[in-house]
Order: sequence, then C-alpha cells, then structure tokens
Amino acid sequence: MAFLNLEQVSKDFGPVTAVCNVSLGIEKGEFVSLLGPSGCGKTTTLQMIAGLVEPSGGRISLDGRDITYEKPNRRGLGVVFQSYALFPHMTVAENVAFGLEMRRVPRSERNERVREALSLVQLASFADRYPRQLSGGQRQRVAIARALVISPPVLLLDEPLSNLDAKLREEMQFELRRIQRKVGTTTIMVTHDQAEALSISDRVVVMEAGRMTQVDAPYRLYEQPSNAFISSFVGKTNLLAGKWRRNGASAYVEIKGISLEAPIADLSDAAPVMLSIRPEKILLREPGAGRLDGRVTNRFFLGSQWLFTIETVAGTMTVAIPNQGGDPPLEGSAVGLDWTLTNLRVIPDTANL
Amino acid sequence: MQRNGPIALAFHILVVTFVLAPLVIICLVAFTPENTLTLPTTGISLRWFKAVFAHPDFVTSFWNSIWLATISATLSVALAVPAALAISRYSFPGRDFLNALFLSPLIIPHLVLGVAFLRLFALIGVGGSFAWLVATHIIVVTPYVLRLVLAALSGLDRSAEQAARTLGAGEWTTFRRITAPMILPGITGGWLLAFINSFDELTMSIFVTSPATVTLPVRMYMYATESIDPMMAAVSALMIALTAVAMLVLDRTFGLDRILVGQR
Amino acid sequence: MIRRSPFTFAPWLLAGPGALFFFGLVILPLCLTVILSFHAYDHSKGIQDTFTLSHYAAVVTDEYYLSIFLRTLRISALTTLICAAIGVPEAYILSRMRDPWRSVFLLVIIGPLLVSVVVRAFGWSMLLGSQGILNQALHLLGLPSAKILYTETAIVIALVHVMLPFMVIPVWTALQKLDPMVEAAAWTLGASRFTALRRIVMPQVSLGVLSGSLIVFGLSASAFAVPALLGGRRLKMAATLVYDEYLQELNWPLGAAIAIIVLVANLCIMLAYNRMIEVRARRTLG
Repeated sequence: MAFLNLEQVSKDFGPVTAVCNVSLGIEKGEFVSLLGPSGCGKTTTLQMIAGLVEPSGGRISLDGRDITYEKPNRRGLGVVFQSYALFPHMTVAENVAFGLEMRRVPRSERNERVREALSLVQLASFADRYPRQLSGGQRQRVAIARALVISPPVLLLDEPLSNLDAKLREEMQFELRRIQRKVGTTTIMVTHDQAEALSISDRVVVMEAGRMTQVDAPYRLYEQPSNAFISSFVGKTNLLAGKWRRNGASAYVEIKGISLEAPIADLSDAAPVMLSIRPEKILLREPGAGRLDGRVTNRFFLGSQWLFTIETVAGTMTVAIPNQGGDPPLEGSAVGLDWTLTNLRVIPDTANL
Repeated sequence: MQRNGPIALAFHILVVTFVLAPLVIICLVAFTPENTLTLPTTGISLRWFKAVFAHPDFVTSFWNSIWLATISATLSVALAVPAALAISRYSFPGRDFLNALFLSPLIIPHLVLGVAFLRLFALIGVGGSFAWLVATHIIVVTPYVLRLVLAALSGLDRSAEQAARTLGAGEWTTFRRITAPMILPGITGGWLLAFINSFDELTMSIFVTSPATVTLPVRMYMYATESIDPMMAAVSALMIALTAVAMLVLDRTFGLDRILVGQR
Repeated sequence: MIRRSPFTFAPWLLAGPGALFFFGLVILPLCLTVILSFHAYDHSKGIQDTFTLSHYAAVVTDEYYLSIFLRTLRISALTTLICAAIGVPEAYILSRMRDPWRSVFLLVIIGPLLVSVVVRAFGWSMLLGSQGILNQALHLLGLPSAKILYTETAIVIALVHVMLPFMVIPVWTALQKLDPMVEAAAWTLGASRFTALRRIVMPQVSLGVLSGSLIVFGLSASAFAVPALLGGRRLKMAATLVYDEYLQELNWPLGAAIAIIVLVANLCIMLAYNRMIEVRARRTLG
C-alpha cells in the first residue's frame, strides 16, 4: 500500500457533493499536484487529508495507520494555507517555533531547528520581524518553514503561489521544488494553475466537479490528455469536431466536408470525435504543401515566438512558431499547415454522443 | 470553520435568555387585566394600552420626543456632512482638533453634559425652551452621524470623482451627482442612528427639559419613580415595538450590524 | 489624497458653523461648570461669588461621598468583569455560527442597544422585585424569596444587560478581522482547541476586549437610569449623587465638583487607552 492512501473518499455539504469517490495512492517523497478549476473539490480533498474537514465516506491512511477521523493536531502534517495564516502577533521565529513548542521540544533544540528552517527558506535574517513587515513572497516562505520545521511526513500546500505576482510566482515555483527535493518530504499541492502543476510535480491529479479524471506525469498529461476538457485546460490546443472513419489500415476524420488523416483508434465507424493538436506542433509550409490550407488573419509577436491565428475550412487554428530571427508570413498571406500524425490526438466527443 | 459544541450552544442560549428576559416580561405584563404588575394569567386585556393613549402627559411627551429627534437628527446631518467633507478632504491647521471636538460628546458622560448645559442656560437665561433642547440633542447625536459619514467618505473610490471631473463636471456637480449618492447610505444610516439616540436620551435631557418640553424617556423615568402600575409596562412595550420596527427598517435598508458595529 | 496646496477657506466654510456651535455648547459650558465647582455655596443664600476648594475637599474627605465613589468603582469593575466573562465567549460563539443564525443572533445581542435604558431598567425591576417574576418562581419551587431589587446585585445585573453590547461589538469586530485559517493552522501544528484559543485567538482579540472593557467601565461609572431605578433612594452612585445635589439639594457647586471628577476620571481612562493602543501598535510595527 502507498505511503498516503485515499480510498473512495467523498464529502457532501448538504445536498451538494463536493468530492466524490476519490482514490489515490501517493508514494513517499513524491510531489503530487491536485489540479482543477475552482469548485472542483481539490481544496476540500486537501482539507480532508489535513483533518480540517471530516469526510462523509471513505478512508484515509498514512503509513498504514487509519487517520480518517483523527483530529488535525494529532496528524502531524505540515500545512501551508492559501492566506498563509501566519500568526500576526508573533515574530517570524515565534511563528516557526510554535509547532515545536506544541511538541514540547526543549528550547535549545527548538532554536536550532528554527534557525535551520529559516535558512532553508533563506529568511535567517528576518527572524525577529513580524509578518506584516514582510513581503508576500517572504510570508509565503515563513509559512513553508513553519510547516516543515516539525518534520511532517506529508506537506500539504493549498494554492501556495496564488497570492503572488507573476514574476515572483515563477521564482517561488522553482524555490518550492528546490526545498522539496532537499528535504524529501512527500508533498501534495492544490493549484488551479496548470503551468504551476506541470513544472513542479512528479504527478498531476486532474479533478473536475468533485471527481478525479486523470492521474499522470506532467509530460504524459500534456501529450495524452484523456478528454477534451483536460486537453484545453492543460496547455493550449486546437479542437476540431468531426466524425471518425476507418479505412482499412488507416483512418481519417471528416470535418466540414474535408477529411484529415487520423491515427488509428479503438472507435466505431462514424463516432463523433474531437481532433486535438497543440499550437506548437503545427508547422507552416507553402500553400498546398501541408495537410490543410489557410489564410493568416492575425499575428502576434511574443518575443520568444510568433502566434498566428489562421482561418481554414476546418475552423480557426492557433499556431505557435519559435522566433528564429526571420520574418514570418504577413497577415492575409496564404499558408499550408502541416504536422506529424503522432502529434494529432483523437478524443471521443462525449458531449456530442 | 468548525461548529460550536453543545456547551457553547447552552451558554449561548443562556445569554440570549438573559438579553431578552426583561424585554419579554415587559411585553407580557403590558397585557395584564389586573391593577398590579403581574403576568396576564386571568386573561388578556388592552386596558393599559388604552390608558396610555388617554393619558395626556404621555401623548404630549411622545410627540415632543418625535419632533425633537426628527429636528435634531436632520440638523446634525446638515452640520456633520460639511464638517466630514472638510475633515476628510482638506489638510488645514486645527484639523485634528476639530475632529476631536466633534467627537468629544462620545467620551463626555451625558450626566456631565447635562449639568454643563444647565449651568449655561441658567447664566444666559434660556432654560427650558424647545429650541435649546434641540441644540443640546444636536451636540449629543452629531458624533454618530459624523463617524458614519467619515467612514463612507474614506471608503469612497476617489477615482470615480476624478473620472467625473475629466468628463467635464464642476466641483459642485461632482459632489451632487457622484459623491453625495455614494455616501448617501452613510448619511441615512447616520440620520437614523441620530434619531434613535435622540429619542432614547434620558440622562442629559433630565437636566435640560422643562415641564413643557418633557421627552418620553424623561416622562417614563418620572412616572416609574412615582407610581408602579402596568401602564408603565404598556408604554415600554410600545417603545420596544417601535424600536423593533425601526431596527427592521434599518436592517432591511443598510444592514443593522454594519451601522451598530460601526457605533461604539 | 489630501489637498495640501495653497491656503483655502473651503474647510473653514464647511466646518466653521459646526465648530462654532460645538465650541459654544461643549467647551463653554464645561468651562462654566469647572468655574462653578469652585464657587462657594450657602444653604440659605445659594451660590456665592467667592471661590473655594471646599467642594473638592468635601468630596475626598467626607466618608459619605467616598463610600459612594467606592461603590461606583466596585459596581463598575464588577460589571466590566462580568461583561467580559459573558461577552467575549458569546462574541466567539457568534462568529462561528453560520448565516442566517449569525446575523439573527448578532441583532438579538446588540439590538437592545436601541431600546431606551428606562425600559430595560424597568424590565429588570419587574423581574427582580419582591413580588417579581424571579421571586414568584422561587415561591413556586418552595424556596425563600430573595431580596434583590434595591441592592447592588440588581444594579450590576441590569448594568451588565445594558453594557453587554458594548463588549460584544469590539470583540466581534476583532474576530471578524481574524483569518479563520489561522486557528486551523495552529491545530495542524499540534495545538489543541484550547491551546489554539489561548495562544492564537485571544492575543489577537485582546485589544478588542480591552477597548470593550474601558467603554463598559466608563459608561457604568457614569450610568444614571439603572442606579436611579434599581438602587432606590439609599443606594447612590456618582451619577445619581450629582442628580440629587443639583435637583434635590440645589447645591450646584458641589454637584459640579462631583461631575468634574467623573469627567476627569473618564478622560483619564480614555487617554490611558489611547496610549496603550499606541504602545501596542509601535511594538507590533517595530
């Protein structure tokens, strides 16, 4: 059995089901993200693991011990709250020392561990400040130090980066991963930011409307999303609705009167599908040289790349081309779109069944 | 976050009982058919309510209080709104002093204000007139209005005013069309709070009312010290009913908790 | 967003009338009262034009007046203590309720603030009187009747009732500013419910408790209606004493001296409170 185990965990708030039959095993030392839009039940799941919300059903166990109904102060898990929840009337050092104090760690050892934790998050010189005297990123790191100093078996992070501005968020992502690698603590992070989840996790759990819909490594999640929602929620994609047709050893998809070659899939003939292709997987060719022709309607310069919107018979497509220094096609010019067949994903279109 | 436990709820029920007990008792006793202060065990009667309306002193005092509260609340708004604008919008020497002066009646016991007014009126020889009674009530209630209007002004998004100015509105037009509507809840809440405080004021009024200007609380106080019969309960029940209606209106329009919690 | 630019008459035009009004009806009468308290008084001839300290001397030496001041302090302190003991937990319980119960009970607890004090004092006199509901209940249970009305106990009970909202409001406000997750954070770090309350919640609302206590103490010490209606003729507090000196004995200078003492005591409390807040703010802001 996994280190932290959730079996068929559910939570109802009155008539509303917030979390439905979530089963998940997390190995020691793993960094797992719970990813989903707001209201998908990811925070409730985290709070059930932390003991702040009591599950309506199911079982949670840690290292073989059932902790489903254990009080939060007996679990010994480290929690970093979205608002950081620092104690405003205590200094940084007092905040970090609080958990050790509750464990009756002797003063000298306590001071030593507080100093270690603060230097881990690079805040050693801020020990005597009050939370209100710190910047957002610094408060965040105090919250991490406070959660880590008690050497928790599992670290729970609730949207830890959502209150930071974009640049700081990027820095803190790597910082968080650095700290986690160094300490080796099993970590679960809740986030609604797919880029954040992809960049720092070992595995990502996608949640939609209280259910888990895909659990995969970030790379596989991106390349092989299991449904249309995930393919557009995780990264950007072009979605084209059509009918899947089998033709002997090959297959194609009919979209608005044209047919595009498609990979073989385990589908019945004429099944409604969505074709998904990522903007960066599309290559620009001369008109007629690709799989699909179109006309550039807009182009945006993003520095490292160019972003095109291209009008085709199959629909509007977004294409991203790395900036190689040359001058790419102008608005209004005709182009051909090409791609490798393996980069095209066929997703059963459950919405149009 | 987490619910209250059974001990907390039991405590809560005791506190609520304690808070409501005297008010509930009054409302029950007011319906007694007897001549003494007893719970209506033998039947329910409206005789004491009829007695109140037939009692000229209570009726006169009631109207005195209504007029007094209406006029002083209105005048204190007229005084507090410009003062709040001056205090929140301008920096001038003596600004902090002015603010403290306007709020000072909150920390001066009403008893002290009462005897101070008594001395002033005795010296200038104007004791007992209704106009001067209004003046004293304006002093007592203006701080409440000022505080709510100041809070409304400080919570105001100044960029809306700046936007109006860039769109060609003059200073007065901006105030009339943009600022005033935005602080209107504060002004109205302040007026109602001033009205209620003026209507209920006893300790100061007792020193500055004359037989002709006796307010309802002063009349009730005098009545309660002289005779004890259920008429007092009937008047009190009417006051409670009136206050409850005012509270309901306040709550529906502004959220009573907001106005009261802003008060101290 | 405060205009500092050139000198302008605007604020004086706006606030001037009010300032004059307040000057004439707050500062002036108070000064007159201070002067009055130094005037000599003769029982047959009334207020004299000579000045004396005898009223203040009388108040601080005469055992009668001292006992009234002591009673005022005792009753106010007790009222404050009981209000804190009831109001703080009640505010905490209220803050943990869910809507609509939360707003309903908040109104129930602080709404009586709007009901006239005379009404509430009268309600308690009916509950606590010798033929009152409490004694009728005791009688039904076969217990001896208790004499509560016209005792200090009655005054304290009614004062607690009148003052409770003034304690609940600041504590409630402090609790509202609290991040609810802060308490949860303490639990996850191993603190029990009680430890989290004591170490995390209480220190953050202590300023609210303090401010509530000072308001309750100040208002209790100058309360008039409750001691007048529930204390009877003999049990006087500072405010009823002033009332009697003014309207029964007609010794205005002595009444003025007592009123000034009440005022100064009140102002001292408020100043001490402001100082305390400043010191606290400086400490937490570093």
